[in-house]
Amino acid sequence: MEYLLEVKNLTKRFGGLVAVNNVSMGVKEGEVVGLLGDNGAGKSTLIKMVSGVYRPDGGKIFFMGKEVIIDSPMKAISIAIETLYQDLALAENLNAYSNIFLGREKLKKVLKFINVLDNDYMLKESKGVLDRLEIEIPSLRNRISMLSGGQRQAVAISRSIYWNAKLLIMDEPTAALGVTEQKKVLDLIRLLRSQGIGIIVISHQLYDVFSVADRLVIMRRGEKVAERNIKETNPDEIVSLIVGAEKVSEKICPADRD
Amino acid sequence: MNNNKNSTLSVSQRLQSILAKNWAILFTLIIILIFSFTGKRFFQLANFQNILHLSTIYLLLTASETFVIITGGIDLSVGFVMGLSSVLSAKIIELLHAANFPPALSISIGSIVALIVCIIPGLINGVLITKYKVPPFIATLGMMGIANGMALIISEGFPVAYLPRVLPNIGNSYLIYILPGKAISFFSKPKGIAGEEIKELIRIIPNSLIFISIIIFILWHILKNTKFGQHTYAIGGSMDAAVRAGINTNKHLIIIYVLSSFLAGLAGVFYVFQTGIGIYTSFGAMYELLAIAGVVIGGASLMGGKGGIIGSVIGVFLLGVIENGLHLSGVDPFFRYIAVGLILIVAVIIDQSFPDLL
Repeated sequence: MEYLLEVKNLTKRFGGLVAVNNVSMGVKEGEVVGLLGDNGAGKSTLIKMVSGVYRPDGGKIFFMGKEVIIDSPMKAISIAIETLYQDLALAENLNAYSNIFLGREKLKKVLKFINVLDNDYMLKESKGVLDRLEIEIPSLRNRISMLSGGQRQAVAISRSIYWNAKLLIMDEPTAALGVTEQKKVLDLIRLLRSQGIGIIVISHQLYDVFSVADRLVIMRRGEKVAERNIKETNPDEIVSLIVGAEKVSEKICPADRD
Repeated sequence: MNNNKNSTLSVSQRLQSILAKNWAILFTLIIILIFSFTGKRFFQLANFQNILHLSTIYLLLTASETFVIITGGIDLSVGFVMGLSSVLSAKIIELLHAANFPPALSISIGSIVALIVCIIPGLINGVLITKYKVPPFIATLGMMGIANGMALIISEGFPVAYLPRVLPNIGNSYLIYILPGKAISFFSKPKGIAGEEIKELIRIIPNSLIFISIIIFILWHILKNTKFGQHTYAIGGSMDAAVRAGINTNKHLIIIYVLSSFLAGLAGVFYVFQTGIGIYTSFGAMYELLAIAGVVIGGASLMGGKGGIIGSVIGVFLLGVIENGLHLSGVDPFFRYIAVGLILIVAVIIDQSFPDLL
């Protein structure tokens, strides 16, 4: 099957530092790819080139079979690549549906010439997308500041999905969540996969990644060092690839292996 | 899990929250009640219209400050931009009037030129804040001094006083005049009345009230119902969220500061209509502080993201009632400053101690 997103030989330099060096990878429709690596491995920089925050210094990005130049976050969004940052980027003083529609508000005309916000429409549509994702939030009229961490994450995900994301990039989606909520978010990722969305997950939580990902890409010092199908690897091997040790499996919690 | 914060609120928590949100209205009603007993001729139509009439410039300045504060900024220059607009419009009107232009033409030209010029301080503030990352406090503090200096240069330190006599007539007229049982007229006193009859004349709805109602309605609508208003709140709530949602935050903030100084300019022009002279803002007038106080009493937070036009209008009205009521109750005017200061601090304490639960 053809890749939904494919990056070829992407390179990004910051002055003398090569943050991302000649990295190629791909994501298919309905596939979850875990992007792993220690701090400073270049995961975020790689992702930011796909989401339009940075422009690559070298290499090409293909989306749905065509080469694309993603020169701004808006450009990424316009071709249906949505990014969920760790801090979620929600306006806490606005309610859930206003956040889902932020920047793309639905307007209606009153007296034929005055544009006003169509709150009923936005509320109804937001309910629809939350239902589709099997998310329950007490009231969409509540401000974000009154929601729990998991509910916020759900609102942020709904926002991406409502705008028909084909590729969803998630940066540490389970960090800062309680155990139950982590599980909910992971369930949500599986649900999105079943709906045919390609997903890249960056996470330090190996357990989470192993429970949802189909494939893993491991980076170290700006380079891609390995790519593994989830069924053909185990956490020990991944840890050794991340830290760059040849044989660490004996030292690190053998009990974790199943 | 803490999923249903809303449903777990107890009745007393809800009550507290409602009280905390609406204390300004309650407080205003209470002091109106008190002043009705203590103040001479306080509880009268004429007096309430007077309070509204004198609140007009504060309403304009407070409305402009509301937009700025919701974005998390502050505009200290509004009071002096108002003074600049006042002397500039008056100076132009004075010169044209002296050159025998018809009053309508000279007044229109003076007002429009001043309004256009007053866009400039806001534009400069906005560019400094967005492009050069100057904190709003500093940018507008600088602009405050500049506007003050310009106003003093234009006026040479004196009131601009040789203006058409029709000016204050427009600014201080009422929509309806009724001489009970004898006459009724619109926009000006019934002709040929004098002496004792003037005292019996009932005036209803000052022109300034019509003018300010239209402006406030438009601003309320913008903030409450439009995309622009929504983005204003979003920027105050989270700049990051606004940027990533694709909002052009720099452009938005520049428009906000331009709007702010434009409304300050409008206040200055109105002041000329009200007083019949153009006068620079004196230090110690504290317009900007009273405007900020009105906004904060109205429920806004200086951290941004909160507040609204209706709250700010209540804030201004509360300050207006206090000033008027203390005066009519025979209290030394200096106490008014103390009262305003105390209420401002209380407003912030109430805001801090009762977080929004509803």
